[in-house]
Amino acid sequence: MSNIVEMLHITKDFPGIRANDDITLQVEERSIHALLGENGAGKSTLMSILFGLYQPDAGTIRIRGKEVKVSDPNVATALGIGMVHQHFKLVHNFTVTENIILGMEPRKGLLVDMRTAEQKVEDISKLYGLAVDPRSKIEEISVSMQQRVEILKMLYRDAEILIFDEPTAVLTPQEIHELMQIMRRLVEEGKTILLITHKLKEIKEVADVCSVLRRGKLVGTVPVADTDEERMAEMMVGRQVSFHVQKTLAKPGDVLLRVEGLNVKNQKGVLGVKNLSLSVRAGEILGLCGIDGNGQTELVQAITGLTKVESGRIFLRDIDITHLSIKERSDLGLGHIPEDRQKHGLVLDFTLGENFIIHNYYKEPFAHWGILNKKAILENAQRLIKEFDVRSGQGAITPARAMSGGNQQKAIVAREIDRSPDVFIVVQPTRGLDVGAIEYIHKRIIGERDKNKAILLVSLELDEIMDLSDRIAVIYNGEIVGIVDAAETNENELGLMMSGALHKAQEAAQTGREPAHV
Amino acid sequence: MSTRKEKIVLPLIAVLLGFLLGSLIVILTGRSPISMYAAIIKGFSGIDIINGQPINTRYIGEFIIQAMPIILTGLSFAFASRTGLFSIGAEGQLMIGSISATAVALLVQAPKAIHLPLVLLAAIAGGALWGAIPGFLKARYNVHEVVVTIMMNYIALHFNNYVILNIFGSVDRVKTAPFPETALLKSPFLESITRNSRLNWGFIPVLIAVLIFSFIINKTTFGFSLRAVGYNKDAARYAGIKVNRNIIASMAIAGAFAGLAGGVITVGTFNFGRVIQAAEGYGFDGIAVALVGGSEATGILLAGLLFGGLKAAQPLMQSQGIPREIAGIIQASIVLFVAMKYGIKMVLDKFERKQVPTTEGERV
Ligand SMILES: Nc1ncnc2c1ncn2[C@@H]1O[C@H](COP(=O)(O)OP(=O)(O)OP(=O)(O)O)[C@@H](O)[C@H]1O
Ligand SMILES: [Mg+2]
Repeated sequence: MSNIVEMLHITKDFPGIRANDDITLQVEERSIHALLGENGAGKSTLMSILFGLYQPDAGTIRIRGKEVKVSDPNVATALGIGMVHQHFKLVHNFTVTENIILGMEPRKGLLVDMRTAEQKVEDISKLYGLAVDPRSKIEEISVSMQQRVEILKMLYRDAEILIFDEPTAVLTPQEIHELMQIMRRLVEEGKTILLITHKLKEIKEVADVCSVLRRGKLVGTVPVADTDEERMAEMMVGRQVSFHVQKTLAKPGDVLLRVEGLNVKNQKGVLGVKNLSLSVRAGEILGLCGIDGNGQTELVQAITGLTKVESGRIFLRDIDITHLSIKERSDLGLGHIPEDRQKHGLVLDFTLGENFIIHNYYKEPFAHWGILNKKAILENAQRLIKEFDVRSGQGAITPARAMSGGNQQKAIVAREIDRSPDVFIVVQPTRGLDVGAIEYIHKRIIGERDKNKAILLVSLELDEIMDLSDRIAVIYNGEIVGIVDAAETNENELGLMMSGALHKAQEAAQTGREPAHV
Repeated sequence: MSTRKEKIVLPLIAVLLGFLLGSLIVILTGRSPISMYAAIIKGFSGIDIINGQPINTRYIGEFIIQAMPIILTGLSFAFASRTGLFSIGAEGQLMIGSISATAVALLVQAPKAIHLPLVLLAAIAGGALWGAIPGFLKARYNVHEVVVTIMMNYIALHFNNYVILNIFGSVDRVKTAPFPETALLKSPFLESITRNSRLNWGFIPVLIAVLIFSFIINKTTFGFSLRAVGYNKDAARYAGIKVNRNIIASMAIAGAFAGLAGGVITVGTFNFGRVIQAAEGYGFDGIAVALVGGSEATGILLAGLLFGGLKAAQPLMQSQGIPREIAGIIQASIVLFVAMKYGIKMVLDKFERKQVPTTEGERV
C-alpha cells in the first residue's frame, strides 16, 4: 500500500519554542496512525499544519504523492482532509444537519434543501454506524453525540484523511469503545485516520502504527503489533513509567465535608441532583463515579458555589456553607479543580503567571497596598512551573492561550494543589495529560490525602477512580446508588451500579448518611 | 511577528492606509493631495509649507485643545471595554460632568487652589455617578449597557439644558453668566506662548488621567480583577472575584474619565455653562480613539492627538478647497483598517515568511 500523507522535514517555531523540529511523518492509506507524545511535544501543532491552520516554517507536505501547499482549512477540505478538534466547533441552537451543511448548503432555488441534506446525513450516519439523529439540536445531545456530528461533518465533505485530536478525553469508557468501532469501520470503508491520544491502551487496541514525538522531535515510528504499552511510554517520556499508584491505607479522621439532602437544578431547569447526601473525611479520597451527565457537574457546582441549591445543606467542617459566596468558601479552605478548563479554569488571555495567582492576587506577597508585586508573581510562577513541569514557549509570561492543552491542565492542577485546601474537589484532574504527568499528579493527590485533607475525586475514568480512591460513591440519575470500599469492588460491580442496575444502599447508610450533628 | 511588535506596527499601518485612502479620494475629486497634507501639517504645527511660514504655535495650542476631551472619552470607553463592557455613554457622562462643573463654578466661592480642584472633582463625580447607573443595571438586572447608556445620553442632554436654562437662568438662552476667575483652567501664560490660542492647564489633568488609567489597569489588584472579568467572566467568578461589583466600579471609573472631559471643556475651553443642541460627537470620537489606541494608555494618548489634529485641520482643509469631510473619512478609514488588523497581519505574515530563507525543496 502507498503513503497517502507525507509530511517531510516539518519545522514550526512559536515564540520561545520550536514546536516541530524536522519531523517526517508518513501515513499509509487505510491505516490508523497514532501520534503519541508528552504534553507540549508538538502533536496538535503538527496536525494543525496538515489541516492548514498553521503554516510550517520549513518542510513540505505531499498528499497522494503530490506536493501541496495547505494554506488554509478550505484547501485541506478540498484535499479530503478533515479534523475533529478537541474543543468542538458547533452552533448550539442549530440542528445536527444545519451544523453539518453549514457553509455548503444544498440549494433548491433560493432555499436550502433541508430534506436532501437530512437524507444524506442519515445515510452517512447509517453507513458508519454513528446513530445520529439528523434533526436533533446540538444542545440536546450528549458530548459523544456532538463528537459524532463533527465526524459526520468531515464525512459529508468527503474527507478521506481524518484527524482526531484527543477524541477520547471527553468520552466515557463505553463511548470510547464505540468510537474505536466507528474508527475501524471508517478504515474498512477506505478512510485513513490520524489519531492523537495519551491513552496507550487505545493505541494498542485500534492503531496500526504509532509515531512518538518528544520535545518537538520525532523519536520514532513503530508498528503497534511489535510493541507494548510500557515500551511506548518509555519511548515517549524517556524513562520507565509506573502505571499503578503506590499508596498506603487511608487513616480517615473527622468528617470535613458533609452534604445533606441536596437538591440542585440542572441547566434544563429540572433536578439534576436529588436528595443527595455524602460525606468525606480528613485523610481519605472519596471517588465519585458515574456516567457523564448523571448529576456530577451539578453536585460539584453546588458544593463550590457556582450554582445555587434548591434545598439541602452543605457543611465544611461544621460550618454551613450552603449560602456562602465562592470566595467565602475558598477562604474557609475549599479548593476546586474545575471540570471545564477553558471556561472556569483559566483566563486564556492572561499569562501563565497571572493565572497562577487568580485566587490570591490581592494577598501578600503578590500584592501590597493593592499594588501587584511583579517579582513575587514571577517567582511563584517559576516555582510552580518547575515543580509541576509545566511546559510552554516563554515560561511565566506565556499567554495561557498559547499553551498546549495538557499544559493548560497541568497549570490549573499545579495552582490548586499548591493551595493545599482542606476540602479538595478534584474533577477530571488528568484529562489530556500524558502518562508521565498523570503519574506525578496522582502522587501529589495522594500526598494531599496523606496531609489529612478531605478529597472528593470526580472522574469519568474508572481506572483513575479505582487507583486513587479509598471509598467510591456511584452516582446515577442524580442520586447516590451506593458507596463501596475501593479495595473490595471491581469494574463490573461499578459498571452495574453506574447503569442503575444495582443498588448498594447499606454501605451508604454506614458511612455516607450519618445523622447530622448540627 | 510578536504580539508586542504587532501592537505598534498594525495601528501604524492602519494610519498609513487611512491617509492613503484619504489621498486617493482627494485625487478622485480632482484636487491635489498636496494641499490636503499641507492643511494637515498646518493643523498640527502651524508650519505653512505652501507659503513657507515657520511654526505658528497658535495651531499647536488649538490642536491640543481638540485632542484633550477625546483622549479622556477614549480612556472612558477603553476602561469599560477592559472589563468586557461596551459603553457608549461617554457623551452623556461628559455632559453631566459639564453641568456639575458649572454648578460648582457658579455656586462655590473659594480661592483658586480650592475652587478649581473642586470644580474638576465635581465633574469627575458627576460622570462617575452617571456611569455607575448603567453599571448597576447591568450587574443587578442584566440590562445591556449599550441600551442604557444610549438612553442616559439623551437624559443627560436634556437635564443639562434644563438646568442651564431654568436653574442658572441663562439670559440669552445659550449660556450661563461667566464663571469667576478662580474656577478656570485658563492661563495667560499658555495663551501668550501659543499666540492667543485657547490652550489652558487642562492638559495636566488629561495627562494625569492617562497615567492613572495605565496604573490602575496594569499595576493594581483592582485592575487585575477588572481584566479577569473582561477576559473571562466565568473564570473570574470561579476564582471568587465579585463580577458584579467589578462591573459597577468599571462603569463608574469610565464615567469619571468622561466627566473630567466635560469639566475640562467647561472651565478650560469655555468659561461659562452652555446649552447643548445635540450630541457633539466626543463619545464616538472616544470610541475611535480607544480602538486605534488598542485600549492602552499610551496608544490612546497618541491616537487622541492624531484625531485631535485631524479635527483641527478641518477648517484649514476647507480653506484649501478640500472638503472638510475628508478628515472625517481619513479618521473613519483608520478605524476601519484597525478593525481589519487580522487581515493586515495575515498579509504581513505571508510577507515575512517569504523573507526567511528556507531550505524547502533541497532537503526532500
Ligand atoms: N498558537 C501558539 N502560539 C504559541 N505557542 C504555541 C501555540 N500553539 C502551541 N504552542 C507551543 O508549541 C508547543 C507544542 O504545542 P502542541 O499544542 O502542539 O502540543 P501537544 O503535543 O498537542 O500537547 P498536548 O498533549 O498537551 O495537547 C507547546 O510548547 C506550546 O506552548
Ligand atoms: Mg494537543
